[in-house]
Amino acid sequence: MDKTTTLLGETFAFHSLKEIMAKANEERSGDELAGISASSMKERMAAKQVLADLTLSEIRNYPLLSPDEDNVSALIENQLDPAVYEIIKNWTVAELREYILSDQHASDDLLTLSQGLSSEMIAAVAKIMSNLDLIQAASKIEVQTTCQTTIGQKGVLASRAQPNHPSDNIKGMRASLYEALSYGIGDAVIGINPVIDTTDNIYALLHETKNIINEWSIPTQNCVLSHVTSQMRAIEKGAPADLIFQSLAGTEAGNDSFGISLSMLDEATALIHEKGTAAGPNRWYFETGQGSELSSEAHFGIDQLTLEARCYGLARHYKPFIVNTVVGFIGPEYLYNSKQVLRAGLEDHFMGKMHGLPMGVDVCYTNHMDADQNDMDNLSMLLGTAGVNFMIGVPMADDCMLNYQSLSYHDIATVRQVLGQTPAPLFAQWLEEQGITQNGRFTSKAGDPTIFLNLT
Amino acid sequence: MLANSKKDPLETLKQFTPARIGVGRTGTRPLTRDVLQFRTDHAAAVDSVYGTVPESILSEFSLFSVTTQVESMEHYLKRPDHGRLLADEAKTLLQKNCLQTPDVQVVVSDGLSAKAIEENLGDVYPALIDSLESYNLQIGTSFFVKGGRVACMDQIGEILKPKALVLLIGERPGLMSAESMSAYMCYQPGKGKKESDRMVISNIHKRGTPPIEAAAHIGTLIDKMLQQKTSGVHLIV
Repeated sequence: MDKTTTLLGETFAFHSLKEIMAKANEERSGDELAGISASSMKERMAAKQVLADLTLSEIRNYPLLSPDEDNVSALIENQLDPAVYEIIKNWTVAELREYILSDQHASDDLLTLSQGLSSEMIAAVAKIMSNLDLIQAASKIEVQTTCQTTIGQKGVLASRAQPNHPSDNIKGMRASLYEALSYGIGDAVIGINPVIDTTDNIYALLHETKNIINEWSIPTQNCVLSHVTSQMRAIEKGAPADLIFQSLAGTEAGNDSFGISLSMLDEATALIHEKGTAAGPNRWYFETGQGSELSSEAHFGIDQLTLEARCYGLARHYKPFIVNTVVGFIGPEYLYNSKQVLRAGLEDHFMGKMHGLPMGVDVCYTNHMDADQNDMDNLSMLLGTAGVNFMIGVPMADDCMLNYQSLSYHDIATVRQVLGQTPAPLFAQWLEEQGITQNGRFTSKAGDPTIFLNLT
Repeated sequence: MLANSKKDPLETLKQFTPARIGVGRTGTRPLTRDVLQFRTDHAAAVDSVYGTVPESILSEFSLFSVTTQVESMEHYLKRPDHGRLLADEAKTLLQKNCLQTPDVQVVVSDGLSAKAIEENLGDVYPALIDSLESYNLQIGTSFFVKGGRVACMDQIGEILKPKALVLLIGERPGLMSAESMSAYMCYQPGKGKKESDRMVISNIHKRGTPPIEAAAHIGTLIDKMLQQKTSGVHLIV
């Protein structure tokens, strides 16, 4: 694909869709590291202008990575609903943006549209949308999913309690979880990142989280975020798991470096359906994040935004209960500062929702990134207004196992309060029954983890 | 159980985890002292990324300095590939100053935490030299690499051809510890070595893996590498 455009008296030539897609991205360090970003602001705008005029059929007909060479490409291609695609194939990317943002088109229209869109088309439109466009569009899309409980309703902001411990100490995990529950956190999932990825340890953590859920009749689901194969071994041994987890990449080679294949995901799907403890139908938890394909040298010169969209194309095949981008975790060589993380958080959330996914975000940063907790305050409020399905909370935003900062339990409670959002309905009712809230407001019990101690 | 119940229940919970629990709230927000403590810990972590290793500690152990192709901290953070390659003048300096083909080469680098080197090198380095000497190993000429990444081991290996190499490098700082150091080890480092060929002892700091213990452990591993002529996942330990 050769395209030329003249902008402010200067002529810009692009020689492939891959080049146009990369150069149309807002600035980010990962595209610079890959050597594919625009060399000036003007070139970036020229690429956006060219991209806006491409038709959706042009995007489909010039695959960035051939379905013959890559099974993620093949899966995305095969998902496309031909009837919907037939209606929209002559739209330009600009027209797609305007359809999405129009007041005439509500959640159902966008979810129907989604079936005719490839991940590359969704990435393309995100590249020509402003931050506020991304918020407005995402806020229209309602994606409800059900595992043990249902989340994703309009006005609901769910949360993952992440009670990690640096040595997987069960009592330490319980202590952090009690703190979470006392702030109304944990309705999306109680999800632990284990330090030790052995079957026995995964088994023990799944048992313990399930015990707590049963002990207090908590309307939520449990998950241990180890490699999918070790969860499968634990589940086969009888460990009680509501959800099964895996990190995804946007290329076959990227998934290979994660040690997974599509057949492995299919096997896990069958296993959790057969032996999982939840009613379902949604039983997967996926995490993604811009830059992971580049870090494993599995990017094929494709920009990280587009690769992220392809993760969502892969994820939607498995009808997950929850998906989140770990937006600021991958490192400053992919997203350098708060401006880039904030933009990526909004892009990922929009692209996930536009794929029809129950999209959450781990609003987070590492200590070598040019960002601080105030930036996370900003991003959490923006995502709250965009209708994010869930966010992740750790005690005082400090994950003492993974050594990065996310949101605190307080932060998620604050976003709910400021925006008038509630926990998932059954969980909100449970909080009332425990006396943690009264008519939706914190009581004196809220924030006191000792209410869950059985002192005998 | 009776003794337990007499204890403050919140303290009982807090003893199980280093996580910041039991902090309380005002409205939905944390209390002032906890917020300021959290921001202070973050400040320490950031300062340790952007800090520099004091010249005095390098001269204490007679370490000369070389640089990588990295020119600033921003450059270092954005281009990990440049932190793996030595500057041109560094190659000349190594050839001029260093013993060639030693049994073991020790290299120190600031990496992501200058503070980690400042706080731990004084304990680890002499203990490491003692440990290596106790195995009768010939130790090369140690030096410091400013702005290094772990894989800079490979290029150093190509130039000096040691049998084994130990890189002491500052880790990405966390809030619990901004001064944590790692020791990476590799048998015959050079082009084409994979991550799985390297071994690491991480979390070296006063409240983590004690520096003296780490030094002894490194010595044992290096000795095994030289005996088995391999490292990483292939080494039997």
